[in-house]
Amino acid sequence: MSIVLSIKNVDKTFGGLHALGDINLDIEEGKTHAIIGPNGAGKSTLLNCCIGRLIPDNGTVEFEGKNMIGMQPHEINHAGMVRVFQTPEIFPDLTVLQNVLIPALAKRDGIFKFNPFKSLSAETALEADAVHVLEDMGLGEHIFKHAGSMSRGDKRRLELAMGLVQHPRLLLLDEPTAGMARHDTNRTIDLLKRIKERGMTKIIIEHDMHVVFSLADKISVLAQGRIIASGTPDEIRGDPKVQEAYLGGAEL
Amino acid sequence: MSMPLLRNDWVVMALFTAVVLSAPIWLSPIGAGYPDLLQKFAIFGIFAIGFNLLFGLTGYLSFGHAVFLGIGSYTAVWSFKLLTMNVIPAVVFATLLAGVFAVVIGFLSLRRSGIYFSILTLAFAQMSYNLAYSVLTPITNGETGLQLTMNDPRVFDGPSGEGLPSTTLFGMDMSGYPGFYFCAVLLIIAFFISLRIFNSPFGLKLRAIKSNQTRMKYTGFNTKPYLLTVFVISGMYAGLAGSLMAITDPLAGAERMQWTASGEVVLMTILGGAGTLLGPLFGAGIIKYFENIFSALNSQTLHEIFAFLPDWLENIIVVIAGEFVGEGWHLTLGLLFMIVVIFLPGGVVEGIRRASAYIRKLFNRSETDEIALSAEKE
Repeated sequence: MSIVLSIKNVDKTFGGLHALGDINLDIEEGKTHAIIGPNGAGKSTLLNCCIGRLIPDNGTVEFEGKNMIGMQPHEINHAGMVRVFQTPEIFPDLTVLQNVLIPALAKRDGIFKFNPFKSLSAETALEADAVHVLEDMGLGEHIFKHAGSMSRGDKRRLELAMGLVQHPRLLLLDEPTAGMARHDTNRTIDLLKRIKERGMTKIIIEHDMHVVFSLADKISVLAQGRIIASGTPDEIRGDPKVQEAYLGGAEL
Repeated sequence: MSMPLLRNDWVVMALFTAVVLSAPIWLSPIGAGYPDLLQKFAIFGIFAIGFNLLFGLTGYLSFGHAVFLGIGSYTAVWSFKLLTMNVIPAVVFATLLAGVFAVVIGFLSLRRSGIYFSILTLAFAQMSYNLAYSVLTPITNGETGLQLTMNDPRVFDGPSGEGLPSTTLFGMDMSGYPGFYFCAVLLIIAFFISLRIFNSPFGLKLRAIKSNQTRMKYTGFNTKPYLLTVFVISGMYAGLAGSLMAITDPLAGAERMQWTASGEVVLMTILGGAGTLLGPLFGAGIIKYFENIFSALNSQTLHEIFAFLPDWLENIIVVIAGEFVGEGWHLTLGLLFMIVVIFLPGGVVEGIRRASAYIRKLFNRSETDEIALSAEKE
């Protein structure tokens, strides 16, 4: 198995707070790797270090052999690492279809392209691709709707579609089911399982144990900025350290 | 634009061209059918369309766009002085030079967004205005303004005859209706470019920047070059408008760059409807029309208008209304602007949209009423 993302010795402090300490993590190709941990454990900080929103004090983040530290967010996106945000980051003033066309255009046009005389309605191939992904996400009937007027669950699915339309090499999902109703959560799990069958590598940060154990091939547990355990779901389930730190001693 | 026919760019352009070229006919009943005012509509229409490409699409509010207007005017007058009275080189050089300045000002101002961007553009414009008045007097002729003189070289025109020459298009005099039609043709081209940008992937990306710029970066776009490109296009529109002003009247003064001129185009765009294709044109037309009508009124004409009232009432009304006309027409404009912003945040275009939706609803209701009535009769 080849390693897609390799995080080595990453440190990050905010003032006096040691948010991340000496993180080492390898993500294997085609696997779904879940990162769990209590609130404030540093999960989102770690993700932000990967996509260029934060720069770690120490260490390297290598994506397919290339160091990503210091690269701009848009460059990291073009390298093939795409993030889906915790609070839905969409374009509220555009239609659902346009929201998905934007990342599709990014994939095709690159960082900058000046094409003011091309008609958007002539982009039939991109549009078909976008519609296909939206239908896959169960948003087929909403494509001409104003994205800002959708429910929270639909917005999150839309954001997932925006990530998927770029066919990323690695998808980073920040709590994909947070704030969703149970049936919405199950629907999202089904969607993510289907993506998994296509062999896309994913990192998932999640609180919901039901989601984690239904999806993850491998789990790493983060507590107080350190990885205290890494392994298969079964190994993690039985690890006493994890039960102590994360689950407060309760049985899983 | 809900009608399917209007989705076709060529249908829109054909309609637009017909409306603009026939403007002298359909605008004469409201007293606006003469070339001077029509030309103003076209010039400020171009200015506002260009401003709207920046502000309407990306949400970046430039408060110093008049600087490009001024640069366009100065360049055009210099072209008349040094090269030829033909308007083509004047228009071309003015647009290009405004573009060059827009690259510099845009590059520096676009390092910030929101209110800081507005302040930076305003600062650049006021700086240029003051420079034009003082240090740059050899180029701008300071307070007097840059004008044509008998000693100008005009290398391509040969010796001029008696008096100052007037602007021409390959020998055709650019005063009166030919002047208007020249501006009208450029307005049509300017509108066409704006229409294409609105409907292009480039335009969609600009709207996405307005909606959520941070997301654009994580989606794989470098937003800076997009913003700079549209800023330069917008500056070139302003430069073109400035050169057309100099064609009407070959004179350029620093006051064309003053902040009030920058503010005017902001008012036009918001009044008409920012981010819509036609809004800026409506806004430019309304403001220029009001300026013309209300600033021409004085207390004597007001007395004539209100002569049917009893004398004491007439005097009171004339005194109050007198504040809103002539020099005080800006008060009228201010009131109009407040009314629009409070009740129609989307500008005149939103007003039209609401009215048409209301009328459509009325028609639908009367149809269902008829069906209900006929059902009752049976």
